[in-house]
Amino acid sequence: MKKGHKGLKLIIMAVTLLFFYLPIIHTIIFSFNESKSLSKFTGFSLQWYEKMFHNRDMMMSVFYTILIAVLATLISTVIGTITAIGLSRSRKIVKALVSQVNDMPVMNPDIVTAIGLLMFFSVLGLRKGFMTMLAAHVMFCIPYVILSVTPKLRSLDPNLLDAAMDLGCTPMQALIKVIVPQISSGILSGALIAFTMSFDDFVISYFVTGNGVNNISIMAYTMTKRINPSINALTTLIVVIITIALTFVNIISYVSEKKKRRKV
Amino acid sequence: MVYPYIVWAAVMIVIPMLLILLYAFTAKGNSVRAFVFTLDNFKKFFSDPVFLSVLERSLYIAVVTTVICVLLGYPIAYIIARSSNISSARLLLLITIPTWINTLVRTYAWRGILDKTGIINYGLSFFGIGPVKFLETNFAVVLGMVYNFLPFMIIQIYNTLNKLDENYLYAAADLGATKFQAFLKVTLPLSVPGIVSGITLVFLPAVSSFFIPKLLGGGQYVLIGNVIESQFLTAGNWNFGSALSLIMAVVIIISMAVTRHIDKKINPEGEYED
Repeated sequence: MKKGHKGLKLIIMAVTLLFFYLPIIHTIIFSFNESKSLSKFTGFSLQWYEKMFHNRDMMMSVFYTILIAVLATLISTVIGTITAIGLSRSRKIVKALVSQVNDMPVMNPDIVTAIGLLMFFSVLGLRKGFMTMLAAHVMFCIPYVILSVTPKLRSLDPNLLDAAMDLGCTPMQALIKVIVPQISSGILSGALIAFTMSFDDFVISYFVTGNGVNNISIMAYTMTKRINPSINALTTLIVVIITIALTFVNIISYVSEKKKRRKV
Repeated sequence: MVYPYIVWAAVMIVIPMLLILLYAFTAKGNSVRAFVFTLDNFKKFFSDPVFLSVLERSLYIAVVTTVICVLLGYPIAYIIARSSNISSARLLLLITIPTWINTLVRTYAWRGILDKTGIINYGLSFFGIGPVKFLETNFAVVLGMVYNFLPFMIIQIYNTLNKLDENYLYAAADLGATKFQAFLKVTLPLSVPGIVSGITLVFLPAVSSFFIPKLLGGGQYVLIGNVIESQFLTAGNWNFGSALSLIMAVVIIISMAVTRHIDKKINPEGEYED
């Protein structure tokens, strides 16, 4: 009876993982396809990799995706952290107000946020492109940074800052040398969320960009009209990079775990 | 230290939302200065059976997607929560990793898989079935949505199941409950909050999605998100587009209120009724 249960569990998890990974495996396989078809494998070739590197639009979209993700992460992490620290010492009504406003982009469907920004930028007469896309990304990233930093601040001793200043720190020094190190795990996870949100964003970017500034998602979307298997090659490269990064992180944590055990 | 962000949020978050309200209730024309109050945008929507059927289809697809995600997500989350700590962390990671890869590309891959010459039909041909037309059907669109949103449901349900105090289950067993009864009377009611937040995270993107129907449903397949997209990016009718997104927002708010109401009815003090 128990064995049967275990078998059933294994089958369910295997089917689940197959479901989630099938499109990725499919993408990887067809990045090596000889023909343009996305459903029939006709033979092995590396031509889509070669074409990918020669496709200027595609390389530019990768560049913009990374540049905007890095900038949006940096800006939103700094502003989000400072705001979260400020909020932890603000009056209740200010806290409530900011968290209400922050909930809007988190809870609204992306398309609603997107059309609001589109109209806002147009009404201001701004040229849609890199700057509007970056501003939009910063806007939807900050609430996530605040959300992940705030709980860390709450568990902090409120006297810490005063103690640091009593011992001769300027407020700025107290902030950087005392508060920030204490909440660094919250800042880091906020930055990670911001990066992935920005890197993967499609809907908001699609509505607020213009003048040929595209990210990977927008390019993939416009590609549905004319099939270009180079996008499969690009995805395969991203999968490889993520796999390497994950393995690396795992090895590091494995090694540090071993070191800890040895000390004990 | 807070004020710079308050100014930024007022400008970048609040004003765009107010613009949607403004445009929804004013007559056509993209100039803010010359607006005239009107309800025509809403009249246009509710008097046209085409738009109403689009809303109906969007709701139908979103509800079906959400129900499937609950039915699939619950057992999966349950299995993960009941695994040992190490393997449940690994399983969660395995489910999260695919979401790091571009959504558009992963959804697009289903086109190849579901195609008449794709691997699913290839597999079916051994049983003498097909080729079945999967693409450009409700099935493909729901599959694309379940594929994209199921991880949210699994993680939400897992979180509540993981927090569940196992002593409750021992207590239930001591009081003579079978494992199945304990699940029905203890575990399930206590995990309702996770199901509810999972429903929010699935229903919301499902009802507003526009790229999944476009990629898997084809150009003729229209949900409310697609109408909003075309009003802004091709038709250039901001007023009607804003009204549509307000209608969608109201539909979402009503659905969420209904879900919460059912949650409270089922689970006033952790009681489960059928």
